[in-house]
Parts: sequence; C-alpha cells; structure tokens
Amino acid sequence: MAEPSIPGAYFDAASTEPPHPAARSALLETMDAAWADPARLYGTARGTRVVLDRARERVAAVLGVRADELSFTTSGTQAVHLAVLGGLRARRRVGRHLVVSAVEHSSVLHAAELHERDGGEVTAVGVDRTGRVDPEEFAAALRPDTALACLQSANHEVGTIQPVAEAAESCRAAGVPLFVDAAQSLGRADVPGGWSFLAGSAHKWGGPAGVGVLAVRKGTRWRSPLPDDERERRRVPGFENVPGIVAAAAALEAYRADMAADAPRLTALVDRIRAEVPRRVPDVEVAGDPVRRLPHLVTFSCLYVEGEALLTELDRLGFAVSSGSSCTADTLRPSHVLEAMGVITHGNVRVSLPRGARTADVDRFLAELPGAVARLRGTAMSTLETGNTLETGRRSRP
Amino acid sequence: MRFRGRGKGATSPEAAPPPAEPAGPPPALAIDALGRKCPIPIIMLAERIREVPVGQIIAVLADDAAARTDVPAWCRMKSQEFVWEETLPQGGWGFHIRRMY
Repeated sequence: MAEPSIPGAYFDAASTEPPHPAARSALLETMDAAWADPARLYGTARGTRVVLDRARERVAAVLGVRADELSFTTSGTQAVHLAVLGGLRARRRVGRHLVVSAVEHSSVLHAAELHERDGGEVTAVGVDRTGRVDPEEFAAALRPDTALACLQSANHEVGTIQPVAEAAESCRAAGVPLFVDAAQSLGRADVPGGWSFLAGSAHKWGGPAGVGVLAVRKGTRWRSPLPDDERERRRVPGFENVPGIVAAAAALEAYRADMAADAPRLTALVDRIRAEVPRRVPDVEVAGDPVRRLPHLVTFSCLYVEGEALLTELDRLGFAVSSGSSCTADTLRPSHVLEAMGVITHGNVRVSLPRGARTADVDRFLAELPGAVARLRGTAMSTLETGNTLETGRRSRP
Repeated sequence: MRFRGRGKGATSPEAAPPPAEPAGPPPALAIDALGRKCPIPIIMLAERIREVPVGQIIAVLADDAAARTDVPAWCRMKSQEFVWEETLPQGGWGFHIRRMY
C-alpha cells in the first residue's frame, strides 16, 4: 500500500498497541538519567542498576511474579524462544518430547520445528471450532518423556481463552513444566497460575517495541540454548535496554489501571461487532468463542472475498485491521489457526480494539463494512465471468 | 508438524499419499479451479452447484491449500454435504460435495 492510512480508526491492537503516554515520558527521562552499564560498580552504573531493579519489581508486581523470577528480553519472540528451547534443554535427560497446541503463535511453532529438526518429537494438540484446546486431550498428550508443554493464555487471531488452569493441573500431575505464552493477555486480563514459564511483549500493552518478559518460576529447571552471557541472571544475552524496560514498566502499570475500566467497555463493543456483522453482511462467519474470549478481539470471514482486497478497501476507508487469510501472509498457506479450527480462511478480518477505542469509530466500521464487502464481491464475480483472475483485478485497482 | 510458516502447500510432496479408492459416487459435474487462489474455487463452487440435481455430486479440483479448509467450511455454512477429498496425481485435490437442496 503506497499511501499511508488516512487518520482513522486503529483496530489492530493485537499486532501492537499504540504507545501509552506513560511510556513516552518514562522513556525520555530514563534515556537521560540511566544510560550507564548496570553491570558496573561506579555511581552512575549503580544508579542505572537501581532503576532497572525498580522497573523489574514494578512489572513483577503487576504480573504477580517474584522479581527474581523475571527477566527482560529483547522481544516477546525472544522470550518465547528462550522459554521453549531453554525449557527443553534443561530436561533433555527426561526426554525430547514437546507438546504444543495447534494454534500457538508462530514463534512457539517455529521453536517447535527447530526442536524437531534437531531430532526432538512434537505433538500438536488440536482445537475445536472455537479455537479452544480440549484440556483432556492436552493432558492425554503428556508422556513420561515429555520435556515441556506449551499453551497460550488466549489465541492471538480469534481471541479464544485457553484452559490454562486445567492444563497446568494436568502438567503438575504429570511432572511436566508448562510454558504459557501470555503475549495477548498481559495487562488486559489475569493469567491463571500453575505455569513454569511465562512470556509476554511490552508493545502489546502500550510499551515500546524491543522489550519482552520471561518469567521462570522458582525451582523450575532452565538452561540457556544460547552462548553464555552474564546479563539478566544469565538468562538473556546483551546489554539491557534500561530506558525501554522502564517505559515498559510505566506502560504496564498505567495500561493495567486503564483496562480495569476500559476492558468491560471494549468487551461490549466486541459483542456489538459479533452481533451486527452477520446481521448486516450476508455470508459471514464470526470465529472464536463468543464468551470465553479476550475483551478486545474479534475475527470474522466474509465468503467470496479476498482477504487482502478487503484489508486494502478498509484501509482506504480509514480502518486499520489485520487478516489471517493466506494472501495477506508472506506464504501461500492460510492462517494455521483458522485451518486448525476448520473455519473459512479467505476474506478474513481481525478487529482488535486498542485502549480508548471510540464507539463512533466502531459504528462507522459497522456502517461501511457491508458496502465494502458488496463492492468486492461484485468485482470478484465480474472478473470471474470475464476470465480475468482476481489477482490481476486487484493489481489494476487504483 | 505443519503450519503456514513452512511448506509449499499443494505442491508439497508430503501432501501426496497414494491415490485413495473413491470414497463416494462419481461426480455429475467437475469444476477445474486448478491454479486459482481462494476464494475463486469457492466462488466457482457456489455459482455452479445449482447445475447438478439435488442429491448429486459436484467436484471441485483445486491446488490452493486454503481450499482444503474452505471447501468443508463452506459446506458446513451452506448446509451442503462434504463427501470426501481425493489427492490428485498431478498435485492438488478433488473435493466432492453433494448438493442437498
């Protein structure tokens, strides 16, 4: 898309939340005040260490973990990779079997593929039509040689909340550590306890990009899959991004406080979208669990429409949304999440509302969507009749 | 393990088991959507299912991997009966659908 989106409604909070104002001031202040190496012993360095430790305590308090369980990584993806590969490495003598849900984030599945290429074994547990893992099926996948099990707190594409508490209970009974990728939940909703590893990403709660969190429960064995490095209690290599971390802590506290009031409002707006889209647009399927879901996220698929064309049209109308349809991804495959659920993968739109999303913008979205879908359906049918492919038709669009 | 981060969809050799025995009656109509990306195979199916009598089979040939999810999901949404999927020797799949109404 050559033209940037006109100022309009940003409905892609699941990709990244707009920066929280609290993050900006914390970032600038810390860049000036705490740039020294926190591993050194002179005054400015010790000052930076104090600032870093204080930020760690603040994040730990919001997440309900101990400060010494928490490490800052360079991204949510890095936190996931370290949790999966480090968790597996620590239990290599127990076995090399890994359990994941089929709808985990690609960072988890890519780590699982790496494990498989290195000779490990992976079991992917399927989901029902709403994208939810069956806790009994998850428990049944655990074996005596299972080194690690992974279950997301909630799905990033359809918003369905996973049975983490039940999975944690069966993992505890089987003596298998559980990794919970909570990137979509942290700051928005509480994550059940019982996990051994927890990962998240600051830019999903209004913090800056380049900061992730990895929590390793006290007493859990973990071994770095990377070369030795003394930073972050030997868990994460490289010089700490102290300004980013402090900004992430400030954003998390503020975001969490904002969400106490805003999450119920966003949930009501999502309920409205879930009810109105199928009422106003024919041949639409709304995906995901209608009740056990994240407050801010809804996904639906419009039959006979190409996902990318719909995104482009909505962008033109001033709406920033995302899609799990194959043509919008950089590969030929459709979303592995929609595929695992067995729901329509084309014409897919994910709406995820940021903090403070305006009711008026949601109203305008609901008003504009039917026309956008109807226009594209008309185009699709006419190109089909003239024998031109839809791809050609799309390229010729202004 | 298989998800969209890897693999080449229809052309992937792992997706080509030995040809199965027909798991249903022969189709009254076969639509060729090979080389067409979703949603085109679904649009063609929706437009042409009325050309077969109720109770008869229409087959869609497609090699976009998305069709493996989208054809059964379309049948569920539209209350048509998805009968079976065959793997084509030249790559791609044949999806057999019974017109229910």
